[in-house]
Amino acid sequence: MALILERRVERARKWMWLSPLLALALTVVAGAIIFALAGVNPLHGLYTYFISPLMDGWDREKLIAKAAPLVLIGVGLAVAYTANVWNIGAEGQFVAGALLAGLVPVFLPAWQGPSVMAAMLLLGVIGGLAWAMVPALLRARFHANEILTSLMLVYVMRLAYDWAVRGPLRDPQAMNFPKTVRFEGWQVLPAWGEIHLGAAFALVAALVLYVVMVKMLKGFELRALGSSPRAARFAGFSEHRAIYFVFAVSGALAGLAGACDVMGVSRQLQAPYEPNYGFVAIIVAFLGRLNPVGVIFAGLLLALSYMGGETAKVTLGISDNIAKVFQGMLLIFILACDTLILYRIRWQGRA
Amino acid sequence: MKKILLSAAVAAMALGAASASAFAADKYKACWVYVGSIGDFGYTYQHDQGRLAVDKALGDKVETAYVENVPESDSATAIERMARDGCKLIFTTSFGFMDATIEVAKKYPDVKFEHATGFKTAENVATYNAKFHEGRYVLGQIAAKMSKTGTAGYIVSFPIPEVVSGINAFMRGAQTVNPDFKVKIIWVNSWFDPTKEADAAKVLFSQGADILVQHTDSAAGMQVAEEQKKLAFGQASDMIKFGPHAQLTAIVDNWGPYYIERINQAMDGTWKTQSSWEGLKEGVVNMAPFTNMPDDVAKMAAETVEGIKAGTVNPFMGKITKQDGTVVGEDGKMLPDGDILGMNWYVKGVDDKLPQ
Amino acid sequence: MDAVLPILLTIIAAATPLVLAGIGELMVERSGVLNLGVEGMMIMGAVAGFGAAFMTGSPYLGILAAIAAGAAMALLFGFLTLTLATNQTATGLAITLLGLGLSGLIGKPFTGQPITRLPNWHGIDILVIFSFILTGAVAWFLFRSRAGLIVRAVGDNHTSAHTLGYPVIRVRYLAVLFGGGCAGLAGGYLSLSYTPQWIEGMTAGKGWIALALVVFASWRPWRLLAGAYLFGAISILAFTVQTFALGIPSQFLSALPYLVTVVALVIISRNRLMLRANTPACLGRPFVPDR
Repeated sequence: MALILERRVERARKWMWLSPLLALALTVVAGAIIFALAGVNPLHGLYTYFISPLMDGWDREKLIAKAAPLVLIGVGLAVAYTANVWNIGAEGQFVAGALLAGLVPVFLPAWQGPSVMAAMLLLGVIGGLAWAMVPALLRARFHANEILTSLMLVYVMRLAYDWAVRGPLRDPQAMNFPKTVRFEGWQVLPAWGEIHLGAAFALVAALVLYVVMVKMLKGFELRALGSSPRAARFAGFSEHRAIYFVFAVSGALAGLAGACDVMGVSRQLQAPYEPNYGFVAIIVAFLGRLNPVGVIFAGLLLALSYMGGETAKVTLGISDNIAKVFQGMLLIFILACDTLILYRIRWQGRA
Repeated sequence: MKKILLSAAVAAMALGAASASAFAADKYKACWVYVGSIGDFGYTYQHDQGRLAVDKALGDKVETAYVENVPESDSATAIERMARDGCKLIFTTSFGFMDATIEVAKKYPDVKFEHATGFKTAENVATYNAKFHEGRYVLGQIAAKMSKTGTAGYIVSFPIPEVVSGINAFMRGAQTVNPDFKVKIIWVNSWFDPTKEADAAKVLFSQGADILVQHTDSAAGMQVAEEQKKLAFGQASDMIKFGPHAQLTAIVDNWGPYYIERINQAMDGTWKTQSSWEGLKEGVVNMAPFTNMPDDVAKMAAETVEGIKAGTVNPFMGKITKQDGTVVGEDGKMLPDGDILGMNWYVKGVDDKLPQ
Repeated sequence: MDAVLPILLTIIAAATPLVLAGIGELMVERSGVLNLGVEGMMIMGAVAGFGAAFMTGSPYLGILAAIAAGAAMALLFGFLTLTLATNQTATGLAITLLGLGLSGLIGKPFTGQPITRLPNWHGIDILVIFSFILTGAVAWFLFRSRAGLIVRAVGDNHTSAHTLGYPVIRVRYLAVLFGGGCAGLAGGYLSLSYTPQWIEGMTAGKGWIALALVVFASWRPWRLLAGAYLFGAISILAFTVQTFALGIPSQFLSALPYLVTVVALVIISRNRLMLRANTPACLGRPFVPDR
């Protein structure tokens, strides 16, 4: 007996909806088992994990706030991966954006007004974009594989950030601890409850990129380069230009997300700073099937799994490890069930 | 069909939730926010041992909860969640949680907060810290007595005041025995990376150090010392199991008594904001047994510990010459607390440069 | 000389886990599969290896358990990406998450417990020697044996390989299992030899470095070994330079291994033709035979 896949002629509409439900059902069963093993009432556990974060206004706001950076980075990465460009260093671009945005309150503390907010956000974009240009350049000019370069540059940027926050950017009032001054007034993003402006940016970015990818020639070009590079070259599309373009887009968005994170959430730079949004966003991009609108849902889902994990840790006393196992399984089920959309699964006896 | 099943499941879950939360209602809830994982066998592990001590001592009256691996940049979410979830007293155990703790405390005036290693207090926010440098002074004396090469290797994480004052206290202790004592320092830029700590230990031993001091969390360095038949001091936990022939002593964090005391105060209404900074005397900092050393060295170390407890000996008492030659302090007087809590200069004899 | 030998031995220890995990991943990628779950497989190997050695007292059983645990995670990864044709990148990341959590749960009773280290001469043990044998064997296998040719053919063009009658999925399964076993072994090296103890998250990103080194090596085994030693050497020398107290920021020294790897990659990547000849063309693309 063997499992075999049979490609469907077109995507199965039915499974588009049923697949997530099946994944949910599997997760519920597996989760119940895990919770039972951990000595928690399974129903209570599942409720805490999936329902309670949605039952309360504060939780819902936090959920959106948490999803915002994931979506913002994830849509950029979705575009890059569509073109078959492997930017896996968004985490470094994110930190670069945060660092550059943080220069303003440190060196120009008196600057207030809408212009300072715009300047900080712009610096965030520039920071992420500039850091993304390094692997882009190395790939386009020297054929250096961007999986390696973009990943290594994450570690380099983390250390550079660490040096800056412990050295030149340190708040002299902070008893020599590694943090900058607190951002105040216009240096802080406006927020509705717990949701800061970054969520709006994420929504706009996703919609704009959706239009670009689906309705515009650029999107066709990137998809062509991603799926059949040779044919695309014959059609006159430039691989180099595409590399720069997708690195610029994904880097700029990651940098913007970094700026929003420090301006909206932590309101200061502090070390260590390893939020890992840039890595989680890779999962988000693929869960969203590299579709900018899909990324919005994927981002919300991952944010829910984080929020649920945190709630479960606090109210049920489960460890971080159980939360991680659960999250890993959830992802695996979703990915596995996704297969049903494209393929029919058959059991085949020995031939 | 599926939808019906689903809604039934949701309803059942809600029911489960209601029944489970009913019985725990009248216990006092104390909560901890950790920066690392409770399995690190270092800093966070020791805080969690303190929480478990609370469970043991007050288990019938107090319910405890914790969240681990909380990133410092988004700690407010975790802290606020605890406040919303009925925690009455919340311990936030990393310096990086300071501003978030203050901010959440403003929103929840009825909840009490305790922030470890910080310097900002409020009506409902106290701070607590330990005088680890007292223990490091003792380590310095032992090292200078035991070292044949006159050089110690020092593995450090990040240049924050606690670490810097630890290096200084260590050197001040060593200099009372051997004024020319030397220390070689490696920053691994991480609190927790066992293989890097092992690498650093090996490099330090190859560069002439024969005693290892660490201000990082894992027991990896201790194991290297054991294998190379060198000596070492444990950090945060007693690491004698990893270095039965290498460990001279260890600085052991012991938060349990403090946690129990504060929770008791919170329950009977006598809790007040404060800045607690306790050390060897109060038992927040403990020394593991003095092992692998001659009796006279152990005796000297024990006397120093007694002296520190009695207040006659202190690493930062009297005139102190800085690395750049300037002198601070006065004879017979302690350096002000603020100078130690915010220390970012080396004493004379430390051969390293601090990032400014 | 007194100071040089210990440094060399330190470099060997630092490079060995990268070689072990890297060679495994190299085989996987040669067959056309991108496995981002190396870190998760590695940490499962670390906890299983430690656990087996701790409970039986035999570090050799520990080695076997480490390989088995890595391979078990790889089997799951294979089932998802090969049988169910899921997205390899996302699946690998999910496997890493799962491995980090699962290892923490399994390893809870082992925290703070010592074991006897693998027998060794100044840190040189059976796994260090094996890492060289493994590199040689994989180099021979991939470029000198018929089976290796098939692996490469599958990685370069799965459609033609399939047309020629090669069992694409089965070849990939074997490669993935081999890679998982190697990653597990690398984890076992950490918990049985490098730092013989179990600590949550003790791989601390080593799996990612191994992954990057495969690319650095342009998918060639001896070059991967060289890359791992270059990376290890720069890390250790950066520590050594710190002890001279020259006032160079430690962050800069810590960043050197990453920077040097990038620069070295740029230099060797300039020959584009050679690079293209070595890159598995089907890397990361799922294969489902049309029937």
